[in-house]
Formats: sequence, C-alpha cells, structure tokens
Amino acid sequence: MTDTFQSSQPIYLQLADRLNRQIVSGELKPGDKLPSVREMAVSSKVNPNTVQRTYRELEASGIVESRRGQGTFVTENEEILFSTREKLKNDQIEHFIQVMHDMGYENEEIQAGLRIYLEGGRSND
Amino acid sequence: MIEFKNVTKRYMTKTALRDVCLKLDKGKIIGLVGLNGAGKSTTMKLIAGLVTPTKGSIEIDGSKVTRRIASKVSYLSELDEYYSFYTVQQTIDFFASQFADFNKDKAEEIRAYMNLDANTKVKHLSKGNRGRLKIILTLSREVPVLLMDEPLSGLDPLVRDSIVKGLITFVDTEKQTVLLSTHQIMEVEMILDEVLAIKDGEIVDHRNVEDLRYDEQQGILEWMSAIYE
Repeated sequence: MTDTFQSSQPIYLQLADRLNRQIVSGELKPGDKLPSVREMAVSSKVNPNTVQRTYRELEASGIVESRRGQGTFVTENEEILFSTREKLKNDQIEHFIQVMHDMGYENEEIQAGLRIYLEGGRSND
Repeated sequence: MIEFKNVTKRYMTKTALRDVCLKLDKGKIIGLVGLNGAGKSTTMKLIAGLVTPTKGSIEIDGSKVTRRIASKVSYLSELDEYYSFYTVQQTIDFFASQFADFNKDKAEEIRAYMNLDANTKVKHLSKGNRGRLKIILTLSREVPVLLMDEPLSGLDPLVRDSIVKGLITFVDTEKQTVLLSTHQIMEVEMILDEVLAIKDGEIVDHRNVEDLRYDEQQGILEWMSAIYE
C-alpha cells in the first residue's frame, strides 16, 4: 500500500479506486474488515480526513458497510459485488476503446485484434 | 476556528502583513507556502500571540489572541530554543511542567515511535533528532491549534518522512487544526487539507487541496508555480 498517488487527481478517489480493485481482485474478501481510518492514513501516507472521505464514498456506493463501533467491512451483498465488478470492467473497456478510437482504429480492427490477442497468438505484424 | 480580521503587521517601516482577512476551520491540516520574507513566520507568531497586530485583530474560537493564548496554541518555532544541558527526557518533563495540557503518555509514545533515546543530552543530538524532539514537544500538547514553522527544514529525507508519518499518526484531526509552513511541498502535499499562499504580506490564494485536484486537475506544485512565477 505504499504506491504513490498522482498529485493532480483527488486522493480520496484514487484511494477509493484502489480499494475497489482490491475487492474485485479478491485481495480484500467479502466480510473483511478494512483498516481503521488512522491505520489506512498511516500506511498510505495520506491525511486521515481524506481516508474518512474515501470510506464515506465507498459506503455510499454500498461496496463497504460501516458497523457501529466495529469498523468498516467489505459488503457480502453479491449483487453489489457483481455490479462493482462489472463497473470496473466497463470503465477499463471504455477507456481502452476511447484510446483506440483516438488513434483512429475502427471497431472491426479492434475486435479482430482483441480476438487474436486473447486466443494466444499476438499479432504484431 | 482561527480568524484574522483586517490584520496588518508592521515592523518599524517594513510591512510584513497587509490587511489580511482569513478563516481557518477546525480539524484541518493547512499548509502555508510563500517565498522567504513573504510573511509566513509573522502569520504564525501572530496566531501564537508572540507579536501583536499593528491593526486589526485575531480570534481563536471566538476569543481574542493575546500573550495568554498559549493555553490554546502549541507553537513549533523554526529556531532551536531548548536547554542544551537537559536530556531528552528532562526536556519533555520540563515542558510537561510548563503546560497543563501536556500529555506525558503521548510524549512517551511519540518518543518511542520516533526512536529517540530519552537519555541523550540535547546538545549531543543530531539536527535530525532535534527536529524529532521538536515534533514530540509540539504534538504532545492537547490544544486546538498546532503551529509548525518549517518543521522539515534542513532535515534529511528519512527524518522528514518520519515527521510526516508522526503527524498523520498523532494529530487528532477531529479536534486539532494544524498550520504548517514549508518549502518541502512534495513531502506534505498528501497530508494537507488546504493550502494558503502568501505573497508580499498578502494572502493571495486559499484552497481546499482535493477541490483543486478535482476542479482543475492540478496538484499543489502546479498551483504554486502559477502564483509565483
């Protein structure tokens, strides 16, 4: 958790993004307790107020739940876990397609390229 | 909350601060940036009650700042001003005897965290360790306002890092406001809630750092270079 943050993007969003990815990848499992605000602030070297905001943000999206007096936990609600997983996937695809379109690739070329790549043979010519 | 109402400070003929109006909210860590001589230390000393405004007034939580404001303010000076013949422990004990709000348990906790030997005499401390001692003494007081004038200046990167971590660990961001001046923006930019830019005795900008990133996709350094170039 010592990766650095980009100084020109809001830290609370970067931290939320990082935690979402850890949940989707399974590094953080449903029902896991997140570190306390202070612990998270120290380990990621950011302001505790920022961590507080990240946790609020994640709580609003439903991916974590805070239990009074116990802390913040990854949700066990499968619907939310699934939709978060989908959302992160779609975000990445959207970003990828945007970049490809900006460079002038057509959808057919992108699809063909993806198929070949995923089937194992990298087309590099 | 700290409030400046039309504060001007002159030293003889030199104007250090000019008609400053300012509100600093509770529970924030605020960076004060500016070139040498811009008025950073004067701003700190005015809040600490160590110098008085030539015009205007300053209030902390509604009460006017006077020499007696020390009960609400912990001030880390950019100078070293401890008894060199005391040990670290004796210096901590001395501070505890001077300030009723000094938490000795917290001081011990921070001292251990900073890995500073309790029995070394102040005169035998390296510059980095004197920097750590100052942090211990400043953060151990349970007061609403912590002022830190250049806490990182002249220290090596490892010491700066341990001081920044110490701030995250030991400042109570629910109750305490921290105002710190620094030239080492890179080191502190991830822990600041707000930044204040001071230039030729005037506050020229005051921003919430996350809003600055969100609204303008700018970090503090880009924001500063637009102000000071």
